Amino acid sequence: MVEISALFHGFAVVLSPFNLLLMLIGIVLGVIIGVLPGLGGANGVAILLPLTFTMPPTSAIIMLSCIYWGALFGGAITSVLFNIPGEPWSVATTFDGYPMAQQGRAGEALTASFTSSFIGALFAVIMITFLAPLVAKFALKFGPPEFFAVYLLTFCSFIGMGKGSAWKTLAAMMLGFALAAIGMDNITGRLRLTFGFPEMMRGVDFLIAVIGLFGIGEILLSMEEGLSFTGKSAKINPKVVLETWKKLPHYWLTSLRSCLIGCWMGITPGGATPASFMSYGVAKRMSKDGDKFGKGQIEGVVAPETAAHAAGTAALLPMLALGIPGSPTAAVLLGGLLIWGLQPGPLLFVEQKDFVWGLIASMYLGNLAGLAIVLTCVPLFAAILRVPFSIIAPVIVAICAIGAYTVHNAMLDIWLMMIFGVVGYVFKKLDYPLAPLVLALVLGDRAEDSFRQAMLIAQGDMRIFFSNALVGTITGLALIMLFWPIVSRAVAAIRK
Amino acid sequence: MSDHETAGSDGGISTRTMEIVVAVVLFAVSALVVYDSYRLGSKWGDDGPQSGYFPFYIGLLLGLASVATLVRVFLTQWRQHDKAAAPTGLFVEWGQLKLVLSVLVPAVVYVLAVQLIGMYIASAVYIMLFMRWLGHYSWVKSVAIGFGVSAAIFVLFEIWFKVPLYKGVYDALAWLGY
Repeated sequence: MVEISALFHGFAVVLSPFNLLLMLIGIVLGVIIGVLPGLGGANGVAILLPLTFTMPPTSAIIMLSCIYWGALFGGAITSVLFNIPGEPWSVATTFDGYPMAQQGRAGEALTASFTSSFIGALFAVIMITFLAPLVAKFALKFGPPEFFAVYLLTFCSFIGMGKGSAWKTLAAMMLGFALAAIGMDNITGRLRLTFGFPEMMRGVDFLIAVIGLFGIGEILLSMEEGLSFTGKSAKINPKVVLETWKKLPHYWLTSLRSCLIGCWMGITPGGATPASFMSYGVAKRMSKDGDKFGKGQIEGVVAPETAAHAAGTAALLPMLALGIPGSPTAAVLLGGLLIWGLQPGPLLFVEQKDFVWGLIASMYLGNLAGLAIVLTCVPLFAAILRVPFSIIAPVIVAICAIGAYTVHNAMLDIWLMMIFGVVGYVFKKLDYPLAPLVLALVLGDRAEDSFRQAMLIAQGDMRIFFSNALVGTITGLALIMLFWPIVSRAVAAIRK
Repeated sequence: MSDHETAGSDGGISTRTMEIVVAVVLFAVSALVVYDSYRLGSKWGDDGPQSGYFPFYIGLLLGLASVATLVRVFLTQWRQHDKAAAPTGLFVEWGQLKLVLSVLVPAVVYVLAVQLIGMYIASAVYIMLFMRWLGHYSWVKSVAIGFGVSAAIFVLFEIWFKVPLYKGVYDALAWLGY
């Protein structure tokens, strides 16, 4: 099999001392980022991105993706011990994880959640290994209309599958597109939406938006809750780990189901957070102990953690194969590709074999290393949360400011970051989703380019999006996704 | 306009007010986008779509979404009047808002300070004062952590990674030679 040999080649790339060191640094930083309020996968990676400009791309992506895995692990620690989800996708983990900790079973809950995270990620990585090259090969046939149709599908599924108001999702998304349009028009060279300010010519970088929306916005939200961390302490000893591992195989069906839910939600841009809730809900409905959920059921930890990690990992599949990120963090990594001089998209698998397979191999090793690190160092990471908020908050604000500045060495970006912080705070409280905003900001220019190229080919005829079977199917799917709430209601009505 | 909703609780800004404010702001943004796209040309030029072609429709959709959100806010209000005004809840209580502002205002002052005296000194002073005023730490601790963090950042960025940070309009650290 071609994939296996390519994968082994990838392992050869990763197994250099420098890359392994970066991997460990990435995991530890990631867990710290995941534990701290106000720093998460997306903005943690965004802040550290400028530090990797001088590294070789493969080493850089290994470190940054390991930060992502670490952040996924870290979210579980705060959920179980402090009942504070460090990341949105670990909210569902608090439902059963914290009750378990209150019953003195914190070690068991943590072991279960770390192990399920690992299994979810492993499942998704195996899927990426075999599926991504196929998708990429298929996508090589894509022209501008097909690419625009895929973008359309991505954004329509946000509107159709989102749980909140579809209008708010649309508003957030269009705001992202509008922000992406600021600056020089690539094709005609004219200035758009700059209103005569030369500083605006550079446009709004999505990294600034990510740092502000998720970083500063999160600090403001945490402050509102008045923050006093009172947590359970936890020690994990080998005995607890082994005993928990003995129990886990009983829940293989829940695990498998959660893996599938996670992979599906990760590839379609549902993301880790809805995946974890959905998986928890399904597990609760299907389990024979469903009524005990919420009172410290180990299955209630396994389900959301497996799905969140599977989704978080699977989100990298469309990013690698199509150049379309499935989550904000994947979007930041995609931004990294552009900065390191790599062209994201299906050609990556052909032209940058070392990079792609090095990354995939590092997903296997990174998650394994992550599991080992979190299992052994939980008390250390939990101690970070006991640092008072009045020290952590200003330090995080300063780190965010530095991160925003280093993207373009521009002072204006720090002000923009503050504005995005307030926007993030308000949007989160009013249930405007942030993920579509970020993705629209990242993909805006490229979606527009493919739209205009398609329009040029067709001389302004919209029918080009239905001109052949391939593009027609994707556009059709996109429209179904867009009107999914109406479609599903209609289907239900017909069945009655 | 939010009197009847806030009555009976600690008071604050109602979610409904905030919904309206945000929808109106978004509508204003959409109007700006549409206006500028129209100015640039939002039609089909001699050589293909003009610069404003794509953003024009983005602006229209944003306007549509904000109007729809606005309409929904008013619709729910009318329905609630039938059910004797079920509370839509508060966006933020005054007490909470004070806490949020106690972080936001210093942060804005901090950014201003960065502009003037540069990243390192501003960060050190910001962390120090934040700890002193909001955390009620002793001066010794506050100064130590504030300047310690700043020094660590200096070593990491200027020396290790060779990424220069903003030194400000009045560079007080010029004597360091970085």
